[in-house]
Amino acid sequence: MDWHIIIAASVKIVVFVFLVTLPLVAMSVWAERRVSAAIQDRVGPNRVGPAGLLQAVADGIKFLLKEDFTPDHVRKGYFWLAPALVMVPALMTSAVLPFGSSLFGEKMVIADLDVGPLFVFAVASLSVYGIVLAGWASNSKYPFLGGVRSTSQMISYEISLGLSVVPLIMIYGELNLSSIVQYQAENGWALLPLWGEGLSVKGFLLTIPVLISFIVFMTSMFAETNRLPFDLPECETELVAGYHTEYSSMKFALFFLGEYAAMIIGSGLAVTLFLGGWSLPFGWLTPESADAAVPWWHGLIHIGTFFAKVIALILFFIVIRWTLPRFRYDQLMRLGWVFFFEIALFNVVLTALLMWWLA
Amino acid sequence: MATTTKELEIQDTAARAAAASELEGYQQTTDDLVGEKLTLNMGPSHPATHGVLRIVLELDGEVITKADPDVGYLHRGDEKIAENMQYNQFVPYTDRLDYLAPLANNVAYALAVEKLMGWELPARGQTIRTISCEMARISAHLLGIGAYAMDVGAMTVFLYTFTQRETIYNLCELLTGARFTTSFTRVGGQIRDLPEGFIDQLDKFCDEFIPALDEIDTLLTRNKIFLDRTRDIGVISKEEAIAWGLSGPNLRGSGVEHDLRKANPYLDYRNYDFDIPVGTIGDCYDRYLVRMEEMRQSVRILKQAIKNLPDGPINVVDSKQKLPQKERVLMSMEELIHHFILVTEGLDAPAGEVYFGAENPKGELGFYIHSKGGGVPYRLKIRAPSFVNLSILPKLLEGNMMSDTVAILGSLDFVMGECDR
Repeated sequence: MDWHIIIAASVKIVVFVFLVTLPLVAMSVWAERRVSAAIQDRVGPNRVGPAGLLQAVADGIKFLLKEDFTPDHVRKGYFWLAPALVMVPALMTSAVLPFGSSLFGEKMVIADLDVGPLFVFAVASLSVYGIVLAGWASNSKYPFLGGVRSTSQMISYEISLGLSVVPLIMIYGELNLSSIVQYQAENGWALLPLWGEGLSVKGFLLTIPVLISFIVFMTSMFAETNRLPFDLPECETELVAGYHTEYSSMKFALFFLGEYAAMIIGSGLAVTLFLGGWSLPFGWLTPESADAAVPWWHGLIHIGTFFAKVIALILFFIVIRWTLPRFRYDQLMRLGWVFFFEIALFNVVLTALLMWWLA
Repeated sequence: MATTTKELEIQDTAARAAAASELEGYQQTTDDLVGEKLTLNMGPSHPATHGVLRIVLELDGEVITKADPDVGYLHRGDEKIAENMQYNQFVPYTDRLDYLAPLANNVAYALAVEKLMGWELPARGQTIRTISCEMARISAHLLGIGAYAMDVGAMTVFLYTFTQRETIYNLCELLTGARFTTSFTRVGGQIRDLPEGFIDQLDKFCDEFIPALDEIDTLLTRNKIFLDRTRDIGVISKEEAIAWGLSGPNLRGSGVEHDLRKANPYLDYRNYDFDIPVGTIGDCYDRYLVRMEEMRQSVRILKQAIKNLPDGPINVVDSKQKLPQKERVLMSMEELIHHFILVTEGLDAPAGEVYFGAENPKGELGFYIHSKGGGVPYRLKIRAPSFVNLSILPKLLEGNMMSDTVAILGSLDFVMGECDR
């Protein structure tokens, strides 16, 4: 057994999940509250710590200290399992995201899988079980309706989410996310082909399907993460709190944070696939190859770039949430099945035709 | 100056009207259903029921097959209380009817009792009442639209409207000393004249309010999701609206041109130039549009009222029936006796029956007073617009989806304090 790999992976897991992703979750909760306050002419939390930055910590402590109440009428096993099933897949998908080039000779990805996007979709789709189980095990009507809604919603949008990535995989001819980022670093981001091989007629023409993919992908991501305008499973005005009505304390917090974790991972995936991952624009500081060593400060800049892009996308998620009303259940399904599904399907054909014509 | 009617047209109106009358509730349920139905208890404490309305819904999947509203959770017996107190003592209770427009309630009640007394206010008093009524209308419609937007998911609009309502509350505070429970009127007048600087602040509010309203307009009116959620949902036809006795924006949303300010001008409404907006289809969107336009018209009325504010007394001059000035009560015997008699026995109202309905933000708020003479009514009946408007709910909800419940409830814009009385 190669101890080096195990130790390196453990360190990366601990650092990335517990010291980066989870604090980022807390920060995005804070950002959500501050940005929404700015949008709505309010102040937002500004008392705990500088500019209210520690508000998320205070909230976390509050959640831990609340009574963890399990009602009598629930199915206990599933009831307890559900929150974990929401949080864990969201964190697990982060394993394959390359969040930097390399640092001290270590590749900045926890598991450099050759089936990156497939792994992400396979694991991310597990989180629907958490919501369904929560709705079902609560043994109560409002959570039940919320659970039913989310099942159909997530299943509908999973398909367009998966299909929207297919054109990119066709273009890259690659399923390894690290290689995909390296390719973009050398030849222009999928959405910004302005250097390397991207600076050609082929590169520009292929931006059309990529842009369509990006729109479908982002919209489906909104639906996958249950955020407005697609937050039907928990829309508070009709279903009270949806699937987590019966939850309290840390179990509720897991649902709550799971949503943000999913949002962060979703943004991370979008950044990796469409916006060049950790790479800087115009090929600056690009390493020789995917496995080449880079100076440590290059590595740090790459990590910083990745998170800057992720944070920008998170802000986009937040702004959308506070400016749009909510869809109705049947409208959402129609949008998913009639509109986005066909567009994604058509986009695959379009990409194939373009690539055949340009080859 | 005559009032005119403003029709709110949106494209392909005719086709939509035909479709709406053809298909009542766009989701038809079939009789041969498989499986059991879900009975869902919505309320009395539920975020979308705006207070303590309870609706027992029977759901087939997401489609409502039966809706049974249950009112009365906020019943305080206001009508019975009125029988046990003098006319002026009941004014604070009217604050708590439609608690989003207490000023308008105060005015409506005072006008009803004044009708019994046969009094008419001097010009300045009437204009002050008009101003307070229109302020109340803007405030109530703002909350109605804000809560409606929040129900369909647009939380930001709610806070924008509240920023504006805050200004109105400040004006109320300036005018009456209270922000919420104003108790502004007395039978035969107001508690005080307009305070110093009030008109300037009101003028400033009118100028700043229209851009703020435009902002809400841009967020909602052409928003595709908002249109999807509200257009052709909860359609009330003209005939139905009249048959169910709806009033206010809900009636006008269905295209019935009936506004008491115009049909039966009270106060000095006949002196103002304003439009009565009416809808064309009678769906949730029309009711929203009517409310938006009514706020603009209210600002028009306020502007004219500010411009033409008359001078002079604000109260009815009747030395026997109005409380004398406090200094004179302390100084002279006659005034002391008047004061004592008025306070202990109340007004000397004539025997008789009157009904007065005022165009309140929620609809026609009517007070029916049966007097057998003396300072206390024998019977006081309140015609609460929210109560009547809610009566159409079972008909409206049936066949719609669960999510439409909140859109329809929001568009009816009711207040349970008034409904349950």
